[in-house]
Amino acid sequence: MIFDYPAWTAGLVGGGLIGLAAALYLLGLGRIAGISGIAGALMDVRRPEISIELSFLAGLTLVPMIAVSAGFQTDILITENPVLLISAGLLVGIGTRLGNGCTSGHGVCGMTRFSKRSVVSVGVFMAVAAVVASLIRPMLGA
Amino acid sequence: MKGNISFLAGSLFGLGLLMSDMINPARVLAFLDVGSGAWDPTLAFVMGGAMVPMFVAWALRRALSKPLFSDGFPGVPHGVLTPGLIGGAALFGVGWGLVGLCPGPAFAGLLLGGWSVWLFVAAMLGGMLIHRLAPIESGAKRSV
Repeated sequence: MIFDYPAWTAGLVGGGLIGLAAALYLLGLGRIAGISGIAGALMDVRRPEISIELSFLAGLTLVPMIAVSAGFQTDILITENPVLLISAGLLVGIGTRLGNGCTSGHGVCGMTRFSKRSVVSVGVFMAVAAVVASLIRPMLGA
Repeated sequence: MKGNISFLAGSLFGLGLLMSDMINPARVLAFLDVGSGAWDPTLAFVMGGAMVPMFVAWALRRALSKPLFSDGFPGVPHGVLTPGLIGGAALFGVGWGLVGLCPGPAFAGLLLGGWSVWLFVAAMLGGMLIHRLAPIESGAKRSV
């Protein structure tokens, strides 16, 4: 294990901001800040109040870029294998819609209301992701 | 007004992902890869930090008859474990473990991470469209 106290502290504070965002979305608008659910709403453009989902995604996408333009340092390291990227994207898209949520919806919003479905979902996707990242990804040379 | 609140929530969410470095798939994979010998627990701190305000929010929710800027609170699913819930979580886990991106960081990194993130997001939206066009009954009425 790497004892990286600055990264852990930044993680706690950044996590706090994520939680505040989800709390604002719930208490302000009566909505669940699950990103797969918000993105999934784009598949139904006739949905009422689609502008609310679009506004959320605009903030989520634009503001990190603005922060980096203003001098915040970040480094995004990601595979450049197109087959891997397309396969993983498809699996994440289908899986989160079929399973009704992702790290934010089930993890941040669902587990905190002690939803049995969310706790089970997080247990399953965490365990599967750990096995894939630890055992299968190295075999693929990714 | 609702749009502004939503934009503010999305902005805070994106800043949180940037600050915590969850925008970086390498950091996420360093958490998921438990066998590397260089295990990085940062993701657990992020999840813990994010859950604290939401515990408070769910407690406050019980004290409010309606949201501050909207008409009603969401219905939440009954506690039924369906094959769709578990199978979907497993498929999501495979994709997440392969690349280290889940939906939030994929959007937050879209304008920072180059064409790899674009390709992932395009495929992810494609997957959501496939599910929309050929929906498999997931057994839940509300998305959480």
